[in-house]
Amino acid sequence: DVKSYRKVQEDDDADGARVGGNEKFTNRPDNTAFTQQRLPAWQPILSAGIVIPGFVLIGLAFIGVGVALFVTSRSIQVLERDYTGDESGTPCASCANSNVQNCICTLNITVETLFKGPVFFYYGLSNYFQNYRRYGTSKDDNQLYGVLNPSDNCAPYAYNSNNQPIVPCGSIANSMFNDTFKLYQTVNGTRQEVSLDGKGIAWWTDYNIKYRNPTNNPLKDAFNGSNSGLFYRNFLINPIYWSKPAYELDTSDPSNNGFVNQDFLVWMRRAALPDFRKLYRRISQDKYPDGLPAGNYSLEITYNYRVYRFSGKKKVVFSNVSWMGGKNEFLGIAYLVVGSMCVFMSIVMLIVYAKFKFPDEE
Amino acid sequence: PCPANEVFIPPKFCDNRIVSSKYTVWNFLPKNLFEQFRRIANFYFLIIFLVQVIVDTPTSPVTSGLPLFFVITVTAIKQGYEDWLRHKADNEVNKYRVTVLEDGRRIRKESEKIKVGDVLEVEENETFPCDLILLQSSRDDGTCFVTTASLDGESNHKTHYTVPDTESDVESLNATIECEQPQPDLYKFVGRMHIYKNNEEPVLRSLGPENLLLKGATLKNTQRICGVAVYTGMETKMALNYQGKSQKRSVVEKSINAFLLVYLCILVSKALVCTTLKYVWQSKPGQDEPWYNEKTKKEKETNLYLNMFTDFLSFMVLFNFIIPVSMYVTVEMQKFLGSFFISWDKDFFDSEIKEGALVNTSDLNEELGQVEYVFTDKTGTLTQNNMEFIECCIDGHQYKYRDASSEVDGFCVTDGPVNRLQQKAGREREELFLRALCLCHTVQVKESTEQEVVPPPEEQRGFIASSPDEIALVKGAMRYGFTFLGLESKTMKLLNRNNDVEIYDLLHVLNFDPVRRRMSVIVRSKSGDTLLFCKGADSSIFPRVRQEEVERIRMHVERNAKEGYRTLCVAYKYLSEEEYVQVDSGLREARLALQDREQKLMAVYNQVETGMNLIGATAVEDRLQEEAAATMEALQGAGMKIWVLTGDKMETAKSTCYACRLFQRNTELLELTVRTLEFIGKRREDQLHDLLLEYHKKTNLSSLYCRSWSTQDYGFIVDGATLSMVLNSSSENNTNNYKNLFLQICQNCTTVLCCRMAPLQKAQIVKMVKNSKGSPITLSVGDGANDVSMILEAHVGIGIKGKEGRQAVRNSDYAIPKLKHLKKLLLAHGHLYYVRIAHLVQYFFYKNLCFILPQFLYQFFCGYSQQPLYDAAYLTMYNICFTSMPILAYSLLEQHISIEILLDNATLYREIGKNAMLRWGPFLYWTLLGVFHGLVFFFGVWFLFSNPALQDNGQVFGNWSYGTIVFTILVFTVTLKLALDTRHWTWINHFVIWGSLAFYVFFSFFWGGVIWPFMSQQRLYFVFANMLSSVSAWLVIIMLILLSLLPEILYVVLHKPRAPHARQSSTGGLQSPRSSARPLLMRTFSDESNTVI
Repeated sequence: DVKSYRKVQEDDDADGARVGGNEKFTNRPDNTAFTQQRLPAWQPILSAGIVIPGFVLIGLAFIGVGVALFVTSRSIQVLERDYTGDESGTPCASCANSNVQNCICTLNITVETLFKGPVFFYYGLSNYFQNYRRYGTSKDDNQLYGVLNPSDNCAPYAYNSNNQPIVPCGSIANSMFNDTFKLYQTVNGTRQEVSLDGKGIAWWTDYNIKYRNPTNNPLKDAFNGSNSGLFYRNFLINPIYWSKPAYELDTSDPSNNGFVNQDFLVWMRRAALPDFRKLYRRISQDKYPDGLPAGNYSLEITYNYRVYRFSGKKKVVFSNVSWMGGKNEFLGIAYLVVGSMCVFMSIVMLIVYAKFKFPDEE
Repeated sequence: PCPANEVFIPPKFCDNRIVSSKYTVWNFLPKNLFEQFRRIANFYFLIIFLVQVIVDTPTSPVTSGLPLFFVITVTAIKQGYEDWLRHKADNEVNKYRVTVLEDGRRIRKESEKIKVGDVLEVEENETFPCDLILLQSSRDDGTCFVTTASLDGESNHKTHYTVPDTESDVESLNATIECEQPQPDLYKFVGRMHIYKNNEEPVLRSLGPENLLLKGATLKNTQRICGVAVYTGMETKMALNYQGKSQKRSVVEKSINAFLLVYLCILVSKALVCTTLKYVWQSKPGQDEPWYNEKTKKEKETNLYLNMFTDFLSFMVLFNFIIPVSMYVTVEMQKFLGSFFISWDKDFFDSEIKEGALVNTSDLNEELGQVEYVFTDKTGTLTQNNMEFIECCIDGHQYKYRDASSEVDGFCVTDGPVNRLQQKAGREREELFLRALCLCHTVQVKESTEQEVVPPPEEQRGFIASSPDEIALVKGAMRYGFTFLGLESKTMKLLNRNNDVEIYDLLHVLNFDPVRRRMSVIVRSKSGDTLLFCKGADSSIFPRVRQEEVERIRMHVERNAKEGYRTLCVAYKYLSEEEYVQVDSGLREARLALQDREQKLMAVYNQVETGMNLIGATAVEDRLQEEAAATMEALQGAGMKIWVLTGDKMETAKSTCYACRLFQRNTELLELTVRTLEFIGKRREDQLHDLLLEYHKKTNLSSLYCRSWSTQDYGFIVDGATLSMVLNSSSENNTNNYKNLFLQICQNCTTVLCCRMAPLQKAQIVKMVKNSKGSPITLSVGDGANDVSMILEAHVGIGIKGKEGRQAVRNSDYAIPKLKHLKKLLLAHGHLYYVRIAHLVQYFFYKNLCFILPQFLYQFFCGYSQQPLYDAAYLTMYNICFTSMPILAYSLLEQHISIEILLDNATLYREIGKNAMLRWGPFLYWTLLGVFHGLVFFFGVWFLFSNPALQDNGQVFGNWSYGTIVFTILVFTVTLKLALDTRHWTWINHFVIWGSLAFYVFFSFFWGGVIWPFMSQQRLYFVFANMLSSVSAWLVIIMLILLSLLPEILYVVLHKPRAPHARQSSTGGLQSPRSSARPLLMRTFSDESNTVI
């Protein structure tokens, strides 16, 4: 290609020679700012006069933000309890070791001061690799968008041994977290259930757009095939580890079933790291408008989810949130550190420049 | 029509089709693909792509297939288009209608159907369709004029001659032609023609280049000619010359390859580490296959080692983005587009020849910024090759022509040359000398194009000659009253002082050649005397004349040479009739020889040119090129060592060196020439040995002690004869020893002058320096055919568009009109190109390292499962869209120091010498920076995700949010890092930098805002928008960007300020005050356009 380029050039030259007599400067290069590399340009000079005040300003701003973050983060209340039951003597130890379905254990919690609302209730898993690649790809977004036959992605949970399609298919759906919790406040010795609100715990777009149930009404029809155009009539089955079918996930609220069940949606949004927490419920503010008052509470856990085989841990977390989200000291500290670094640097620079008498300033 | 000769096997000639195209419609796809995948990089990406297709890998084949497909398609389209152009050009040539004479009739044929032996008719201004032997011309004297502008760029008319005896009647001509095999040299041709006339002994005629009309040349000033095709199609000299020369590769490319190797190692080791850790990790109980993530049946069944291998491949694929396809594309684009700035530069435009600089290859732009040795030709390069007759000396009397040419009526023919200094020589001798000047040359009188009846005034008579010296001499003779009127059918006419026309028969021309260094003519005067006039270099004339005459002249010659003039000696001799007959037959015989013609001719020439009488000598001035001295000074200031390689004699070359300030007054000259070798009565070899050792000691001492306070400059002079002694010494180990000594001496001298060099020796020297220790970058600059070898040999070859034709330009990598342009080409363009491409390369490696490092780190947190951190769209688009344009704009437009300052401070060039920006030091710096950034990006977000509830509604973020936050930080940091490095912000830079960032944001919204029907997974749906709704995400992005750039900002601030004024005062105020020009910011378009008129 270089050769041909040259050839073209030579042709040009020959042309130029031919016309050369008539026109005076046919070959003269264009005299534009661009071709002459003289485009008007701004040449930033980071002089001490700009940089030092700039650094001080940025540093101070960062320290300001850092302090705000730090204070906010400090003000967030967190109550965290492990209920794995892998150590004997802990409340759920009996459930962890038995294979009983719906084993129930109770966790007693004491709230010292008022837990300011809104209070969020998370469950947490550790050493649980939701970000495992094969695990992550084992789902079918089209199925979850209403097209029921599972794709090959879902293997090994696409079809059961009888070649019946699984809905919802795939590892993620199959391994959905199925411990359930009930929170009671002990007031004067009597247990009073604290109502939990399960609405809006998943992303709005997931609930409204990304996931969609089949259009059948009631939803059950889609799953037993009686009313659907699918050829898998009657043969749709729920995931192997599920105890109830997808259309019965929430018996109290028909719009919270199938693929748009909030718990399901939360579970389907894979966690980034092996130690993660997921939103379970909010403490509804009807009864407790200010949050959880101080007192004794007991958490009744229906223990189904097995984690000890891969030495995982389970925990529950109560937390309130601020404008920055949940409690996270890292951001505040990082801002303080970076901010003070900026200020420190500007002081160093000031000394350096004072010593060398501002060499670049005239 | 040639009768078949049964003795020979009828040779097969190719047809006259020119095929410069590479592909046909049918083989384009396979051939082009094959050629593209032969490039190692493309092949690598193909392999990655295939692995992705075959093995279950984390990213879809699209991510690497799409960029590869893009690159391959663009290249294929480009090459296809170029080939289409070539096809078109070929067709134009091949389908061109030509006139063939067949059986006495004129037949129109397509050019491609011409066969060897066809007789063609060509009309004025047509180009020859193949190589022809000229048989008949419409001009009376059997000549025709051609211009070879399209072959070698020489636009002057050249005379070609018909073969004698064929002239009369082509139709009845019966002849065979024997000629040598096709060879590419345009100026060499040997052949002979047997002419058969009815029943007579065949006549033998020699054929030389003067009979050969080359394909591609154009017929001029001649109505029509007939010629017979000898070479056709791909065997023509033009076609043979297009066969490519070897490609030069730049040092930067070698650096890139070295870095690539490092990155390949990083890639492989990353994949190995991950694979190993994966299996270590899996061996722990419960980790391999937890109940929630069972393996498929297929996975369970595959062999463990096969699994390991596919895992390894998967990791390779996951990390393969560390070596980006786009870097090759960007580098190529940068080189291609960047080279336009050279040809566009109006400072390189020369209004005399109406041309600017020419870029023949764009591969070597950055090499212009790395030059350490400059080899320059003298004549035509350092000097103008614009000769002016200064004085002559006849029989030891000096004749200085005092009148400037402006004095119009200064030519008083009866007055004769005015001798105001000494006595005149005898009138006889004067006239003999002037006749010699008038006759002994190959000059032609330019014919006025219009049919003027009145001849033009004699002073403005135009002459055409291959060498400007000859014109100067003829013009010089004209001033003294002898005017050369022209050569017509072997008779030379001249007008003597008495306004009489003298006529001489030109019997033989013994052509000039650089080995003999002289030329002669044999003429017969009207009175019947046969005379031989010879002119040539003193060294070649003096041994061939009577010694008593030499002394008188030698003094003048040496004085003239010292003043920097080119001197020629003129001698003559009478030939008796017998002598002439002998010479004549000798010459004819030699000219007919098919083999060793050159040597045989040379022998006859040497035999004839003896025992001559010396008449006088001439001095011709060759002016220095404009700003030659300033240019040389600037190049030396830039740390380049300048070697002058010339065929000229030592004294002349030395004076030119002084004039160019290559030698200063305090420079100590070390001479290693034939003269110094014979100075003492020792054997030459011994003397050579001693001198070498002595000089070596001297220069070594100075370089050891005086490196910092250079007190003594050394200049080294060597001549061709001595050089060949050094290089081809009698014993083997001496040769090596001498060569080393010689090189070391040369390297410690500021300037080396090599005189009396043959073209091949020039190349030898370049090669020797090129291959010496440290393999320095060499640059050759020259203007003539004799410089071609060194231009081809050096890393960078520069051709000057001078007067000695276009061969140098054709073979060069860059061609400039004047030597003075070399300064800007190297100091400004070269410097900028180097900085740009070096930064481009480092930046590319850096940005991909910090792109992939988080992905690598993520493997430690996802069970080594090859989970990609970023979405496939981001993986694909990162190098293509988000970060490619800013660096391309940077690499085309950056001027970290403005061009004016670069030109004014040559020393700045030293700072980038020895590949300064692409050595391991800077590479390590960039790599560490990339690692640092990668760590900051990943762990910054990792700490943030210790609590994934980042929104004020308590909802949590998942893995794609994690990746998107990291990616956002990455794109912004990498782009802003470039913004920090940009010292020259034009609107284009602003546009692409902010535009890229805006595009990234826009694209992310768009990509996440739609449910894509063709995608099986909607991973990024609303992830970006959700991320932006989180204050924490914003804060962490801002904080991490600042943290990553903090060291860089500090570096920029604390680094030695690049303020131009501070720089200037340190160089000692040598420069002109022009540099305090207004800052670039204030320049406007209108301001610029005013400067040109």
